[in-house]
Amino acid sequence: MAYEKRLDGRKLDETRPIEAKTGVIERADGSAMFKIGDTIAYAAVYGPRELYPRFMQDPEKGIIRVNYNMMPFSGSGDRIRPGPNRRAKEISMVIEKALLSVVDLDKFPNSVVDIFIELPQTDAGTRCAGICASAMALADAGIVMKDLVSSVAVGSVDSTVVADLSYDEEAYDGVVSDIPIAILPNTEEIVLLQMDGEISKENLLKAVKLGKKVCKDIYKIQKKAIKEKYELKGESKKESASSGKGGDKNE
Amino acid sequence: MNEELRNHIINLLNKGVRLDGRKPLEYRKPVDIKYDFSKSAEGSARVQIGETVVIAGVKLATQEPYPDSPEEGCLMVNAELLPISNPEFETGPPGIDAIEISRVVDRGIRESKAIDMKKLCVEKGEKVWSVMIDICPLNDAGNLFDISALSALAALKNTKFPKTDKEGTIDYKNKTDKSLSLDKQTVSVTVCKIGDHLIVDPITEEEKVIDARMTIATDQNQNLCAMQKGGDSPLTEEEISKMVDIGVKKCDELRKAL
Repeated sequence: MAYEKRLDGRKLDETRPIEAKTGVIERADGSAMFKIGDTIAYAAVYGPRELYPRFMQDPEKGIIRVNYNMMPFSGSGDRIRPGPNRRAKEISMVIEKALLSVVDLDKFPNSVVDIFIELPQTDAGTRCAGICASAMALADAGIVMKDLVSSVAVGSVDSTVVADLSYDEEAYDGVVSDIPIAILPNTEEIVLLQMDGEISKENLLKAVKLGKKVCKDIYKIQKKAIKEKYELKGESKKESASSGKGGDKNE
Repeated sequence: MNEELRNHIINLLNKGVRLDGRKPLEYRKPVDIKYDFSKSAEGSARVQIGETVVIAGVKLATQEPYPDSPEEGCLMVNAELLPISNPEFETGPPGIDAIEISRVVDRGIRESKAIDMKKLCVEKGEKVWSVMIDICPLNDAGNLFDISALSALAALKNTKFPKTDKEGTIDYKNKTDKSLSLDKQTVSVTVCKIGDHLIVDPITEEEKVIDARMTIATDQNQNLCAMQKGGDSPLTEEEISKMVDIGVKKCDELRKAL
């Protein structure tokens, strides 16, 4: 039996409703919130700042360090014990690799750009939401980037390729595959791809294609949210618009 | 300690104003509480005072009661000083500052008997509900003590029991209409001493230069439920008396936001 009608009534290539905002954490150098369906991700960027412990320093260029964390009450079941578990560590690592390809930290030897991702509420797609928020936060912090990073989970439910699986779809009683991907929207290069479940090569390629298309739509939302912060500033205080927190950081 | 900042703050206080233009005993406004901020929690709230933002969530689970209280539920409060909220916070297990906040918030709720723990008993000696409160600051612009306590109480107020089946398995996806039995509205106010001055609701810069602080938790009948002195300098009996008066009055103000 083919999976034609999605559990929540969405079209096959339709994401859950998305909200995005930059500048949500005042103390950070850059920050953003990315909400997709019931998944909410906050990301804050601190740095470039001196990296400790010193043995981790790279005298050639700065590094980025990602910390992905689900708040203890954000899971769908029992309370999650605070602190990093194996899953969180792996996700932090793959997000770090995805973002690394766009940032230019050659001018910041021995430094680190810290990215903290916090999830107060989750319903599938947390790493993708985390990446979208992080890329926006990096831009908000004025870090030199060659592109944004946009991300979404695609996959298949009983051989039907769909975009942005919900938790209920991931847990669907059938053959399911879940493929979080992240792309650089301007070059279409893929910087994150993971897969679990069962899928044919044909459907995998179809899913990746769909993922690219959806990521490009997400890219527009991200870009709009980054601009919005400065538009608001421009209206109230004209002088400060260009000398905002991130604007002169890298001069 | 930053001497110049401290002198500047004291000079301003001598004139009756603070760095951000407030009066010494004035809280930042508004006190904004958004309930049900996290659907995955059984109860949650996002509290914002000034630029400080704290999210608190309550998870409920069943467990065996402690042997010394076979008819009572369990309470656990945990605060994490998340590095997302402050450039000086680091990743890793809670340090002493986070532990102190957890314990002071815990004492306020526990000792005021805010929650009727007997009503959390499912089967005497066998099974009780445990209430787990997690406090997560998103932006620390000062006064995490009071805002954590307020967010914890707001999250408790928002809590609904999840559905359970006949075997007692919890269905976290579906909530019942049943709320926690919350008898008290315990909130806390921290009064800080800088030089000869007393202030409430410190911002980050003020927190860095305080000599001493006293956190005072009260219930809606103005009973004192928990206290904690902090900071390096000693306090006199008179100062403590003044601080308690301020704390009780300010707690009443804060409670109105709930």
